[in-house]
Amino acid sequence: MIPFDYQRAADGASAVATVTRRPGAAFLGGGTNLVDHMKLGVADPDLLVDVTRLPYDAIEQLPGGGVRIGATVRNSDLAADPLIRSRYPVLSEALLAGASGQLRNLATTGGNLLQRTRCVYFQDVTTPCNKRQPGAGCSAIDGWTRNHAILGASEHCVATHPSDMAVAMAALDAAVVVLGADGERSIPLVDFHRLPGDEPQRDTVLEHGELITAVDVPALGFAVRSAYRKVRDRASYAFALVSVAAALDIDGGVVRDGRVALGGVAHKPWRATRAEERLRGAPADDATFAAAADAELAQARPLRDNGFKVAMARNTLVAVLRDLAARDQGTKDRP
Amino acid sequence: MQAQITLSVDGEQRSLTIDTRTTLLDALRERLGVTSPKKGCDHGQCGACTVLLDGRRANTCLALAVAHDGARITTAAGLEDGDNLHPLQQAFIDHDGFQCGYCTPGQICSAVGMLDEFEAGHPSHVTQDPTGPQQLDDDEIRERMSGNLCRCGAYANIVAAIRAVAP
Ligand SMILES: Cc1cc2nc3c(=O)[nH]c(=O)nc-3n(C[C@H](O)[C@H](O)[C@H](O)COP(=O)(O)OP(=O)(O)OC[C@H]3O[C@@H](n4cnc5c(N)ncnc54)[C@H](O)[C@@H]3O)c2cc1C
Ligand code: SF4
Ligand code: FES
Ligand code: FES
Repeated sequence: MIPFDYQRAADGASAVATVTRRPGAAFLGGGTNLVDHMKLGVADPDLLVDVTRLPYDAIEQLPGGGVRIGATVRNSDLAADPLIRSRYPVLSEALLAGASGQLRNLATTGGNLLQRTRCVYFQDVTTPCNKRQPGAGCSAIDGWTRNHAILGASEHCVATHPSDMAVAMAALDAAVVVLGADGERSIPLVDFHRLPGDEPQRDTVLEHGELITAVDVPALGFAVRSAYRKVRDRASYAFALVSVAAALDIDGGVVRDGRVALGGVAHKPWRATRAEERLRGAPADDATFAAAADAELAQARPLRDNGFKVAMARNTLVAVLRDLAARDQGTKDRP
Repeated sequence: MQAQITLSVDGEQRSLTIDTRTTLLDALRERLGVTSPKKGCDHGQCGACTVLLDGRRANTCLALAVAHDGARITTAAGLEDGDNLHPLQQAFIDHDGFQCGYCTPGQICSAVGMLDEFEAGHPSHVTQDPTGPQQLDDDEIRERMSGNLCRCGAYANIVAAIRAVAP
Protein backbone atom coordinates (compact mmCIF):
# COMPACT_ATOMS: atom_id res chain seq x y z
CA MET A 1 0.00 0.00 0.00
CA ILE A 2 1.39 3.42 -0.89
CA PRO A 3 1.39 6.13 1.80
CA PHE A 4 -1.67 8.35 1.80
CA ASP A 5 -3.10 11.35 3.58
CA TYR A 6 -6.33 11.09 5.50
CA GLN A 7 -8.96 13.76 6.16
CA ARG A 8 -12.37 13.76 7.77
CA ALA A 9 -14.66 15.72 5.48
CA ALA A 10 -16.09 18.81 7.17
CA ASP A 11 -19.03 19.10 4.79
CA GLY A 12 -20.14 17.71 1.44
CA ALA A 13 -19.08 20.69 -0.67
CA SER A 14 -15.54 20.83 0.70
CA ALA A 15 -15.16 17.05 0.35
CA VAL A 16 -16.15 17.38 -3.32
CA ALA A 17 -13.77 20.32 -3.83
CA THR A 18 -10.85 18.46 -2.24
CA VAL A 19 -11.29 15.24 -4.21
CA THR A 20 -12.06 17.07 -7.49
CA ARG A 21 -8.81 19.01 -7.18
CA ARG A 22 -6.65 15.96 -6.50
CA PRO A 23 -6.61 13.20 -9.16
CA GLY A 24 -5.31 10.58 -6.70
CA ALA A 25 -7.89 11.28 -4.00
CA ALA A 26 -10.81 9.01 -3.11
CA PHE A 27 -13.77 9.12 -0.77
CA LEU A 28 -13.74 6.61 2.06
CA GLY A 29 -16.93 4.95 3.32
CA GLY A 30 -16.74 1.86 5.51
CA GLY A 31 -13.60 0.86 3.64
CA THR A 32 -14.72 -2.74 3.20
CA ASN A 33 -14.04 -2.65 -0.53
CA LEU A 34 -11.58 0.22 -0.95
CA VAL A 35 -9.18 -0.87 1.82
CA ASP A 36 -9.29 -4.42 0.47
CA HIS A 37 -8.29 -3.06 -2.95
CA MET A 38 -5.53 -0.93 -1.45
CA LYS A 39 -4.09 -4.04 0.20
CA LEU A 40 -4.30 -5.94 -3.08
CA GLY A 41 -2.67 -3.13 -5.06
CA VAL A 42 -5.83 -2.67 -7.13
CA ALA A 43 -6.38 0.87 -5.81
CA ASP A 44 -3.69 3.34 -4.75
CA PRO A 45 -5.24 6.62 -3.60
CA ASP A 46 -2.85 9.22 -2.16
CA LEU A 47 -5.59 10.93 -0.14
CA LEU A 48 -8.65 9.48 1.56
CA VAL A 49 -11.49 11.85 2.38
CA ASP A 50 -13.61 10.08 4.98
CA VAL A 51 -17.29 10.86 4.37
CA THR A 52 -18.81 8.64 7.06
CA ARG A 53 -19.38 11.52 9.48
CA LEU A 54 -21.18 13.74 6.99
CA PRO A 55 -24.85 14.33 7.80
CA TYR A 56 -26.08 11.81 5.22
CA ASP A 57 -27.02 9.15 7.74
CA ALA A 58 -30.82 9.42 7.76
CA ILE A 59 -33.67 7.49 6.14
CA GLU A 60 -36.41 10.03 5.50
CA GLN A 61 -39.86 10.01 3.93
CA LEU A 62 -40.12 12.14 0.81
CA PRO A 63 -43.20 14.15 -0.07
CA GLY A 64 -45.22 11.92 -2.40
CA GLY A 65 -44.51 8.73 -0.49
CA GLY A 66 -40.97 7.89 -1.49
CA VAL A 67 -37.95 7.45 0.76
CA ARG A 68 -34.55 9.16 0.77
CA ILE A 69 -31.70 6.96 1.97
CA GLY A 70 -28.59 8.85 3.06
CA ALA A 71 -25.29 7.79 1.50
CA THR A 72 -23.66 6.98 4.83
CA VAL A 73 -26.51 4.85 6.21
CA ARG A 74 -24.99 1.49 7.07
CA ASN A 75 -26.27 -1.54 5.17
CA SER A 76 -27.39 -3.19 8.43
CA ASP A 77 -29.44 -0.15 9.50
CA LEU A 78 -31.05 0.14 6.08
CA ALA A 79 -32.02 -3.53 6.07
CA ALA A 80 -33.56 -3.26 9.55
CA ASP A 81 -35.42 0.01 8.95
CA PRO A 82 -39.17 -0.45 9.55
CA LEU A 83 -40.14 1.81 6.63
CA ILE A 84 -37.94 -0.11 4.20
CA ARG A 85 -39.10 -3.48 5.51
CA SER A 86 -42.77 -2.63 5.20
CA ARG A 87 -42.75 -0.68 1.93
CA TYR A 88 -39.83 -2.21 0.03
CA PRO A 89 -39.20 -5.72 1.41
CA VAL A 90 -37.16 -6.50 -1.72
CA LEU A 91 -34.56 -3.94 -0.65
CA SER A 92 -34.26 -5.19 2.91
CA GLU A 93 -34.01 -8.78 1.68
CA ALA A 94 -31.33 -7.90 -0.87
CA LEU A 95 -29.20 -6.22 1.79
CA LEU A 96 -29.61 -9.14 4.18
CA ALA A 97 -28.50 -11.52 1.44
CA GLY A 98 -25.18 -9.67 1.08
CA ALA A 99 -21.87 -9.99 2.93
CA SER A 100 -22.08 -10.71 6.70
CA GLY A 101 -23.54 -9.08 9.80
CA GLN A 102 -20.27 -7.45 10.79
CA LEU A 103 -19.50 -6.23 7.25
CA ARG A 104 -22.99 -4.76 6.88
CA ASN A 105 -22.38 -2.77 10.08
CA LEU A 106 -19.50 -1.02 8.28
CA ALA A 107 -20.70 -0.89 4.65
CA THR A 108 -22.45 2.30 3.52
CA THR A 109 -25.12 2.91 0.88
CA GLY A 110 -22.73 4.95 -1.27
CA GLY A 111 -19.88 2.49 -0.95
CA ASN A 112 -22.14 -0.47 -1.72
CA LEU A 113 -23.21 1.11 -5.02
CA LEU A 114 -19.59 1.74 -5.96
CA GLN A 115 -18.13 -1.61 -4.92
CA ARG A 116 -16.15 -3.07 -7.79
CA THR A 117 -16.40 -6.40 -9.56
CA ARG A 118 -15.26 -9.62 -7.87
CA CYS A 119 -13.72 -10.84 -11.16
CA VAL A 120 -10.69 -12.75 -9.88
CA TYR A 121 -8.44 -11.35 -12.60
CA PHE A 122 -9.42 -7.81 -11.68
CA GLN A 123 -8.42 -8.52 -8.09
CA ASP A 124 -5.11 -10.19 -9.05
CA VAL A 125 -2.64 -7.55 -10.19
CA THR A 126 -0.45 -10.19 -11.85
CA THR A 127 -3.08 -10.89 -14.53
CA PRO A 128 -3.97 -8.49 -17.37
CA CYS A 129 -7.29 -6.72 -16.96
CA ASN A 130 -8.81 -3.94 -19.05
CA LYS A 131 -10.77 -2.65 -16.11
CA ARG A 132 -7.66 -2.19 -13.97
CA GLN A 133 -5.36 -1.19 -16.82
CA PRO A 134 -7.14 -0.07 -19.99
CA GLY A 135 -5.72 -1.79 -23.07
CA ALA A 136 -3.96 -4.56 -21.13
CA GLY A 137 -6.41 -7.22 -22.31
CA CYS A 138 -9.04 -9.28 -20.54
CA SER A 139 -7.81 -12.42 -18.79
CA ALA A 140 -11.33 -13.68 -18.19
CA ILE A 141 -12.52 -14.03 -21.76
CA ASP A 142 -10.20 -16.97 -22.44
CA GLY A 143 -9.97 -17.88 -18.77
CA TRP A 144 -12.33 -19.05 -16.06
CA THR A 145 -15.71 -17.43 -16.64
CA ARG A 146 -18.04 -19.26 -14.29
CA ASN A 147 -18.87 -16.07 -12.40
CA HIS A 148 -19.01 -13.77 -15.38
CA ALA A 149 -21.69 -12.01 -17.41
CA ILE A 150 -24.29 -13.52 -19.71
CA LEU A 151 -25.91 -10.21 -20.67
CA GLY A 152 -24.53 -6.94 -22.05
CA ALA A 153 -20.83 -7.87 -21.98
CA SER A 154 -18.28 -6.68 -24.52
CA GLU A 155 -15.13 -8.12 -26.04
CA HIS A 156 -13.22 -5.88 -23.60
CA CYS A 157 -14.79 -7.02 -20.33
CA VAL A 158 -17.21 -9.72 -19.18
CA ALA A 159 -17.30 -8.84 -15.48
CA THR A 160 -20.44 -8.68 -13.34
CA HIS A 161 -21.46 -6.12 -10.76
CA PRO A 162 -21.51 -7.77 -7.31
CA SER A 163 -23.98 -5.64 -5.35
CA ASP A 164 -27.22 -7.19 -4.12
CA MET A 165 -28.63 -3.88 -2.84
CA ALA A 166 -28.26 -2.23 -6.23
CA VAL A 167 -30.33 -4.95 -7.93
CA ALA A 168 -33.28 -4.21 -5.66
CA MET A 169 -32.79 -0.48 -6.19
CA ALA A 170 -32.76 -0.98 -9.97
CA ALA A 171 -36.10 -2.77 -9.77
CA LEU A 172 -37.52 0.03 -7.61
CA ASP A 173 -36.62 2.85 -10.06
CA ALA A 174 -34.33 4.45 -7.49
CA ALA A 175 -32.25 7.52 -8.29
CA VAL A 176 -28.75 8.33 -7.08
CA VAL A 177 -28.35 11.87 -5.75
CA VAL A 178 -24.89 13.19 -6.47
CA LEU A 179 -23.06 16.35 -5.43
CA GLY A 180 -20.42 17.64 -7.84
CA ALA A 181 -18.33 20.75 -8.27
CA ASP A 182 -21.22 22.27 -10.30
CA GLY A 183 -23.95 21.33 -7.86
CA GLU A 184 -26.37 18.47 -7.42
CA ARG A 185 -27.73 16.03 -9.99
CA SER A 186 -29.96 12.98 -9.80
CA ILE A 187 -29.14 9.90 -11.87
CA PRO A 188 -31.63 7.05 -12.39
CA LEU A 189 -30.04 3.96 -10.86
CA VAL A 190 -30.50 2.00 -14.07
CA ASP A 191 -28.31 4.59 -15.84
CA PHE A 192 -25.82 4.92 -12.99
CA HIS A 193 -23.84 1.74 -13.64
CA ARG A 194 -22.54 1.26 -17.19
CA LEU A 195 -22.16 -1.63 -19.58
CA PRO A 196 -18.46 -2.21 -20.25
CA GLY A 197 -18.35 -1.35 -23.98
CA ASP A 198 -14.85 -0.21 -24.83
CA GLU A 199 -14.36 1.59 -21.51
CA PRO A 200 -14.56 -1.17 -18.89
CA GLN A 201 -12.46 0.95 -16.52
CA ARG A 202 -15.58 3.06 -15.93
CA ASP A 203 -18.04 1.19 -13.72
CA THR A 204 -20.47 4.11 -13.46
CA VAL A 205 -21.23 7.49 -15.00
CA LEU A 206 -19.87 9.25 -11.91
CA GLU A 207 -17.09 11.79 -12.55
CA HIS A 208 -14.01 11.99 -10.33
CA GLY A 209 -14.89 14.07 -7.28
CA GLU A 210 -18.64 13.54 -7.44
CA LEU A 211 -20.03 12.51 -4.07
CA ILE A 212 -23.09 10.32 -3.58
CA THR A 213 -25.24 11.98 -0.93
CA ALA A 214 -28.40 9.86 -1.10
CA VAL A 215 -30.49 7.34 -2.97
CA ASP A 216 -34.13 8.24 -3.56
CA VAL A 217 -36.63 5.43 -3.84
CA PRO A 218 -39.97 6.60 -5.26
CA ALA A 219 -43.34 5.49 -3.96
CA LEU A 220 -44.40 2.15 -5.43
CA GLY A 221 -47.49 0.85 -3.67
CA PHE A 222 -47.27 -2.67 -5.00
CA ALA A 223 -43.68 -3.04 -3.79
CA VAL A 224 -45.23 -4.43 -0.60
CA ARG A 225 -45.48 -7.55 -2.79
CA SER A 226 -41.79 -7.77 -3.65
CA ALA A 227 -38.96 -10.17 -2.99
CA TYR A 228 -35.26 -10.84 -3.56
CA ARG A 229 -33.87 -14.28 -4.19
CA LYS A 230 -30.17 -15.02 -4.45
CA VAL A 231 -28.59 -18.23 -5.73
CA ARG A 232 -25.03 -18.87 -4.61
CA ASP A 233 -22.51 -21.63 -4.00
CA ARG A 234 -23.19 -21.79 -0.27
CA ALA A 235 -26.17 -20.86 1.88
CA SER A 236 -24.72 -17.58 3.16
CA TYR A 237 -21.78 -15.15 2.93
CA ALA A 238 -21.15 -15.61 -0.78
CA PHE A 239 -21.70 -13.47 -3.84
CA ALA A 240 -24.57 -14.22 -6.19
CA LEU A 241 -24.28 -16.53 -9.13
CA VAL A 242 -27.67 -15.17 -10.10
CA SER A 243 -30.21 -13.09 -8.22
CA VAL A 244 -33.69 -11.77 -8.86
CA ALA A 245 -35.45 -8.70 -7.47
CA ALA A 246 -39.12 -8.45 -8.35
CA ALA A 247 -42.37 -6.74 -7.44
CA LEU A 248 -45.80 -7.70 -8.80
CA ASP A 249 -49.11 -5.88 -8.98
CA ILE A 250 -51.87 -8.42 -9.53
CA ASP A 251 -55.57 -7.73 -9.84
CA GLY A 252 -58.13 -10.45 -10.46
CA GLY A 253 -55.54 -12.95 -11.59
CA VAL A 254 -54.03 -10.53 -14.11
CA VAL A 255 -50.64 -8.83 -13.82
CA ARG A 256 -51.31 -5.11 -13.81
CA ASP A 257 -47.67 -4.16 -13.50
CA GLY A 258 -44.32 -5.60 -12.48
CA ARG A 259 -40.73 -4.68 -11.76
CA VAL A 260 -37.90 -7.11 -12.38
CA ALA A 261 -34.12 -6.84 -12.11
CA LEU A 262 -31.42 -9.49 -12.28
CA GLY A 263 -28.09 -9.62 -10.46
CA GLY A 264 -24.91 -11.60 -11.13
CA VAL A 265 -25.55 -11.60 -14.86
CA ALA A 266 -24.16 -8.31 -16.17
CA HIS A 267 -21.74 -5.42 -15.65
CA LYS A 268 -24.63 -3.56 -14.03
CA PRO A 269 -27.80 -4.46 -12.16
CA TRP A 270 -29.90 -5.72 -15.06
CA ARG A 271 -33.37 -4.21 -15.29
CA ALA A 272 -35.44 -6.80 -17.12
CA THR A 273 -37.65 -4.51 -19.21
CA ARG A 274 -38.51 -7.21 -21.76
CA ALA A 275 -39.77 -9.48 -19.02
CA GLU A 276 -41.80 -6.63 -17.57
CA GLU A 277 -43.42 -5.98 -20.96
CA ARG A 278 -44.49 -9.60 -21.21
CA LEU A 279 -45.93 -9.51 -17.71
CA ARG A 280 -48.12 -6.43 -18.12
CA GLY A 281 -51.74 -7.36 -18.78
CA ALA A 282 -51.07 -11.11 -18.90
CA PRO A 283 -52.61 -13.76 -16.64
CA ALA A 284 -50.59 -14.24 -13.46
CA ASP A 285 -49.66 -17.85 -14.17
CA ASP A 286 -46.63 -20.00 -14.84
CA ALA A 287 -46.96 -19.73 -18.60
CA THR A 288 -46.73 -15.94 -18.40
CA PHE A 289 -43.84 -16.04 -15.97
CA ALA A 290 -41.90 -18.48 -18.17
CA ALA A 291 -42.60 -16.39 -21.27
CA ALA A 292 -41.42 -13.27 -19.47
CA ALA A 293 -38.19 -14.94 -18.32
CA ASP A 294 -37.57 -16.37 -21.79
CA ALA A 295 -38.16 -12.98 -23.39
CA GLU A 296 -35.48 -11.44 -21.22
CA LEU A 297 -32.96 -14.25 -21.51
CA ALA A 298 -33.28 -14.59 -25.27
CA GLN A 299 -30.54 -11.92 -25.37
CA ALA A 300 -28.18 -13.95 -23.17
CA ARG A 301 -24.73 -14.72 -24.59
CA PRO A 302 -23.14 -17.17 -22.16
CA LEU A 303 -19.39 -17.78 -22.06
CA ARG A 304 -17.59 -21.11 -21.89
CA ASP A 305 -18.11 -21.75 -18.17
CA ASN A 306 -21.36 -19.96 -17.34
CA GLY A 307 -24.02 -21.42 -19.61
CA PHE A 308 -25.77 -22.68 -16.48
CA LYS A 309 -26.56 -19.10 -15.53
CA VAL A 310 -29.10 -18.78 -18.33
CA ALA A 311 -31.27 -21.60 -17.01
CA MET A 312 -30.58 -20.55 -13.43
CA ALA A 313 -31.70 -16.96 -14.06
CA ARG A 314 -34.76 -18.14 -15.95
CA ASN A 315 -35.85 -20.63 -13.32
CA THR A 316 -35.14 -18.30 -10.41
CA LEU A 317 -37.16 -15.54 -12.04
CA VAL A 318 -40.10 -17.88 -12.66
CA ALA A 319 -39.92 -19.14 -9.07
CA VAL A 320 -39.88 -15.63 -7.59
CA LEU A 321 -42.81 -14.46 -9.71
CA ARG A 322 -44.77 -17.59 -8.83
CA ASP A 323 -44.16 -17.05 -5.11
CA LEU A 324 -45.17 -13.41 -5.34
CA ALA A 325 -48.34 -14.29 -7.22
CA ALA A 326 -49.25 -16.87 -4.59
CA ARG A 327 -49.23 -14.24 -1.85
CA ASP A 328 -52.28 -12.32 -0.84
CA GLN A 329 -51.99 -8.77 -2.09
CA GLY A 330 -50.41 -6.56 0.53
CA THR A 331 -49.13 -9.25 2.81
CA LYS A 332 -45.71 -10.72 2.91
CA ASP A 333 -45.89 -14.33 3.98
CA ARG A 334 -42.86 -15.92 2.50
CA PRO A 335 -43.07 -19.64 1.74
CA MET B 1 1.82 9.69 6.67
CA GLN B 2 1.52 9.72 10.44
CA ALA B 3 -1.55 10.37 12.52
CA GLN B 4 -2.17 10.63 16.23
CA ILE B 5 -5.18 8.66 17.47
CA THR B 6 -6.81 7.63 20.72
CA LEU B 7 -8.78 4.43 21.17
CA SER B 8 -10.65 3.14 24.16
CA VAL B 9 -9.73 -0.55 24.25
CA ASP B 10 -11.49 -2.76 26.77
CA GLY B 11 -12.04 0.25 28.98
CA GLU B 12 -8.55 1.69 28.76
CA GLN B 13 -7.66 4.91 26.90
CA ARG B 14 -4.74 4.27 24.55
CA SER B 15 -3.07 7.02 22.52
CA LEU B 16 -0.65 6.24 19.73
CA THR B 17 0.91 7.58 16.57
CA ILE B 18 0.25 5.40 13.55
CA ASP B 19 0.99 5.25 9.86
CA THR B 20 -2.34 5.99 8.12
CA ARG B 21 -2.06 2.60 6.38
CA THR B 22 -2.51 0.76 9.68
CA THR B 23 -5.73 -1.21 10.00
CA LEU B 24 -7.57 -1.27 13.29
CA LEU B 25 -6.58 -4.93 13.60
CA ASP B 26 -2.87 -4.19 13.22
CA ALA B 27 -3.10 -1.20 15.57
CA LEU B 28 -4.61 -3.46 18.23
CA ARG B 29 -2.35 -6.44 17.73
CA GLU B 30 0.97 -5.01 16.61
CA ARG B 31 0.97 -1.62 18.28
CA LEU B 32 -1.07 -2.08 21.45
CA GLY B 33 -0.37 -5.75 22.15
CA VAL B 34 -4.08 -6.56 22.23
CA THR B 35 -3.96 -9.98 20.60
CA SER B 36 -7.48 -11.18 21.31
CA PRO B 37 -8.77 -10.29 17.82
CA LYS B 38 -7.07 -12.60 15.32
CA LYS B 39 -5.87 -12.17 11.77
CA GLY B 40 -7.25 -14.95 9.61
CA CYS B 41 -7.65 -13.70 6.06
CA ASP B 42 -7.03 -9.93 6.38
CA HIS B 43 -9.70 -9.42 3.66
CA GLY B 44 -13.05 -9.45 5.46
CA GLN B 45 -13.69 -13.08 4.59
CA CYS B 46 -13.38 -14.97 7.88
CA GLY B 47 -14.50 -12.87 10.86
CA ALA B 48 -11.56 -13.80 13.13
CA CYS B 49 -10.83 -10.08 13.62
CA THR B 50 -14.34 -9.21 14.82
CA VAL B 51 -14.63 -6.81 17.78
CA LEU B 52 -17.38 -4.60 19.14
CA LEU B 53 -16.74 -1.19 17.61
CA ASP B 54 -18.73 1.51 19.38
CA GLY B 55 -20.99 -1.30 20.56
CA ARG B 56 -21.55 -3.05 17.22
CA ARG B 57 -19.76 -6.06 15.80
CA ALA B 58 -17.33 -5.16 13.04
CA ASN B 59 -14.38 -6.63 11.18
CA THR B 60 -11.19 -4.76 12.04
CA CYS B 61 -9.05 -5.95 9.14
CA LEU B 62 -10.68 -3.65 6.56
CA ALA B 63 -11.16 -0.72 8.94
CA LEU B 64 -8.43 1.89 8.96
CA ALA B 65 -7.37 2.81 12.49
CA VAL B 66 -7.17 6.50 11.59
CA ALA B 67 -10.82 6.43 10.48
CA HIS B 68 -11.82 5.22 13.95
CA ASP B 69 -9.95 7.76 16.07
CA GLY B 70 -11.93 8.13 19.29
CA ALA B 71 -13.71 4.79 18.97
CA ARG B 72 -14.66 2.52 21.84
CA ILE B 73 -13.52 -1.03 21.23
CA THR B 74 -14.41 -4.15 23.16
CA THR B 75 -12.53 -7.34 22.34
CA ALA B 76 -13.42 -10.81 23.57
CA ALA B 77 -10.75 -10.39 26.26
CA GLY B 78 -12.60 -7.37 27.60
CA LEU B 79 -15.98 -9.03 27.96
CA GLU B 80 -15.59 -10.58 31.38
CA ASP B 81 -16.93 -8.81 34.40
CA GLY B 82 -14.18 -8.92 37.04
CA ASP B 83 -13.45 -12.60 37.58
CA ASN B 84 -16.71 -13.70 35.99
CA LEU B 85 -16.66 -14.83 32.40
CA HIS B 86 -19.25 -13.37 30.06
CA PRO B 87 -22.13 -15.87 29.65
CA LEU B 88 -21.09 -16.50 26.05
CA GLN B 89 -17.49 -17.20 27.06
CA GLN B 90 -18.76 -19.67 29.66
CA ALA B 91 -21.12 -21.25 27.14
CA PHE B 92 -18.30 -21.78 24.63
CA ILE B 93 -16.38 -23.64 27.35
CA ASP B 94 -19.41 -25.63 28.54
CA HIS B 95 -20.34 -26.68 25.01
CA ASP B 96 -16.82 -27.19 23.72
CA GLY B 97 -17.40 -24.51 21.07
CA PHE B 98 -13.85 -24.59 19.73
CA GLN B 99 -10.92 -26.76 18.88
CA CYS B 100 -7.79 -24.71 18.17
CA GLY B 101 -9.47 -21.55 19.46
CA TYR B 102 -8.21 -19.24 16.72
CA CYS B 103 -11.63 -18.15 15.51
CA THR B 104 -13.11 -18.05 19.03
CA PRO B 105 -12.58 -14.40 20.08
CA GLY B 106 -14.15 -13.32 16.80
CA GLN B 107 -16.99 -15.81 17.21
CA ILE B 108 -17.73 -14.56 20.72
CA CYS B 109 -17.67 -10.86 19.82
CA SER B 110 -19.82 -11.58 16.80
CA ALA B 111 -22.29 -13.54 18.94
CA VAL B 112 -22.54 -10.68 21.45
CA GLY B 113 -23.26 -8.21 18.65
CA MET B 114 -25.63 -10.62 16.97
CA LEU B 115 -27.70 -11.10 20.14
CA ASP B 116 -27.99 -7.31 20.49
CA GLU B 117 -29.18 -7.07 16.88
CA PHE B 118 -31.77 -9.76 17.55
CA GLU B 119 -32.95 -7.94 20.69
CA ALA B 120 -33.33 -4.79 18.60
CA GLY B 121 -35.62 -6.74 16.24
CA HIS B 122 -33.29 -6.87 13.24
CA PRO B 123 -34.39 -9.46 10.69
CA SER B 124 -31.99 -11.82 8.93
CA HIS B 125 -31.87 -13.48 5.54
CA VAL B 126 -33.79 -16.47 6.93
CA THR B 127 -36.38 -14.57 8.97
CA GLN B 128 -39.84 -15.65 7.79
CA ASP B 129 -42.06 -13.39 9.85
CA PRO B 130 -42.41 -9.97 8.17
CA THR B 131 -42.85 -8.26 11.53
CA GLY B 132 -39.43 -9.48 12.66
CA PRO B 133 -37.62 -12.46 14.09
CA GLN B 134 -39.55 -14.15 16.89
CA GLN B 135 -37.14 -16.83 17.91
CA LEU B 136 -33.44 -17.41 17.52
CA ASP B 137 -33.57 -20.98 16.24
CA ASP B 138 -30.58 -22.81 14.80
CA ASP B 139 -31.24 -21.56 11.26
CA GLU B 140 -31.25 -17.99 12.52
CA ILE B 141 -28.07 -18.52 14.54
CA ARG B 142 -26.26 -20.09 11.59
CA GLU B 143 -27.29 -17.34 9.19
CA ARG B 144 -26.48 -14.51 11.59
CA MET B 145 -23.10 -16.06 12.43
CA SER B 146 -22.17 -16.82 8.80
CA GLY B 147 -19.52 -14.08 8.83
CA ASN B 148 -17.41 -16.16 11.20
CA LEU B 149 -15.68 -19.15 9.69
CA CYS B 150 -14.19 -21.91 11.80
CA ARG B 151 -11.37 -23.81 10.12
CA CYS B 152 -11.69 -26.59 12.71
CA GLY B 153 -15.35 -26.99 11.88
CA ALA B 154 -16.57 -26.60 15.46
CA TYR B 155 -19.84 -25.21 14.14
CA ALA B 156 -22.17 -27.73 15.78
CA ASN B 157 -20.88 -26.80 19.23
CA ILE B 158 -20.66 -23.09 18.45
CA VAL B 159 -24.36 -23.13 17.57
CA ALA B 160 -25.08 -25.07 20.77
CA ALA B 161 -23.14 -22.55 22.87
CA ILE B 162 -24.98 -19.60 21.38
CA ARG B 163 -28.34 -21.36 21.64
CA ALA B 164 -27.69 -21.81 25.37
CA VAL B 165 -27.37 -18.04 25.84
CA ALA B 166 -29.95 -16.91 23.28
CA PRO B 167 -33.29 -15.63 24.61
C1 LIG C 1 -15.96 -10.94 2.32
C2 LIG C 1 -16.93 -10.01 1.68
C3 LIG C 1 -18.15 -10.49 1.21
C4 LIG C 1 -19.05 -9.62 0.61
N1 LIG C 1 -20.23 -10.13 0.13
C5 LIG C 1 -21.11 -9.30 -0.49
C6 LIG C 1 -22.33 -9.79 -1.03
O1 LIG C 1 -22.64 -10.97 -0.93
N2 LIG C 1 -23.16 -8.92 -1.65
C7 LIG C 1 -22.85 -7.58 -1.77
O2 LIG C 1 -23.64 -6.84 -2.33
N3 LIG C 1 -21.70 -7.10 -1.28
C8 LIG C 1 -20.83 -7.93 -0.66
N4 LIG C 1 -19.65 -7.43 -0.19
C9 LIG C 1 -19.27 -6.07 -0.54
C10 LIG C 1 -19.75 -5.03 0.43
O3 LIG C 1 -21.15 -4.90 0.30
C11 LIG C 1 -19.06 -3.73 0.03
O4 LIG C 1 -17.69 -3.86 0.32
C12 LIG C 1 -19.60 -2.53 0.77
O5 LIG C 1 -20.98 -2.34 0.48
C13 LIG C 1 -18.85 -1.27 0.38
O6 LIG C 1 -19.26 -0.20 1.20
P1 LIG C 1 -18.18 0.68 2.00
O7 LIG C 1 -18.91 1.79 2.65
O8 LIG C 1 -17.34 -0.16 2.86
O9 LIG C 1 -17.34 1.24 0.76
P2 LIG C 1 -15.81 1.66 0.66
O10 LIG C 1 -14.96 0.46 0.57
O11 LIG C 1 -15.48 2.68 1.68
O12 LIG C 1 -15.86 2.39 -0.75
C14 LIG C 1 -16.14 1.71 -1.97
C15 LIG C 1 -16.01 2.73 -3.11
O13 LIG C 1 -17.01 3.73 -3.01
C16 LIG C 1 -16.44 5.03 -2.94
N5 LIG C 1 -17.33 5.78 -2.06
C17 LIG C 1 -17.72 5.45 -0.80
N6 LIG C 1 -18.67 6.30 -0.36
C18 LIG C 1 -18.89 7.20 -1.38
C19 LIG C 1 -19.77 8.31 -1.54
N7 LIG C 1 -20.64 8.69 -0.59
N8 LIG C 1 -19.73 9.00 -2.72
C20 LIG C 1 -18.86 8.64 -3.69
N9 LIG C 1 -18.00 7.61 -3.58
C21 LIG C 1 -18.03 6.88 -2.44
C22 LIG C 1 -15.04 4.81 -2.46
O14 LIG C 1 -14.18 5.85 -2.91
C23 LIG C 1 -14.69 3.48 -3.10
O15 LIG C 1 -14.31 3.68 -4.44
C24 LIG C 1 -18.75 -8.26 0.46
C25 LIG C 1 -17.53 -7.76 0.95
C26 LIG C 1 -16.62 -8.62 1.55
C27 LIG C 1 -15.34 -8.06 2.05
S1 SF4 D 1 -13.75 -9.47 -17.18
FE1 SF4 D 1 -13.34 -7.27 -16.94
S2 SF4 D 1 -12.62 -7.16 -14.82
FE2 SF4 D 1 -12.37 -9.33 -15.42
S3 SF4 D 1 -10.30 -9.50 -16.35
FE3 SF4 D 1 -11.69 -9.02 -18.02
S4 SF4 D 1 -11.53 -6.79 -18.14
FE4 SF4 D 1 -10.78 -7.33 -16.12
S1 FES E 1 -9.07 -11.26 9.38
FE1 FES E 1 -10.71 -9.87 9.23
S2 FES E 1 -12.25 -11.07 8.33
FE2 FES E 1 -10.54 -12.40 8.26
S1 FES F 1 -11.70 -23.48 16.66
FE1 FES F 1 -10.08 -23.65 15.25
S2 FES F 1 -10.74 -22.22 13.72
FE2 FES F 1 -12.48 -22.35 14.97
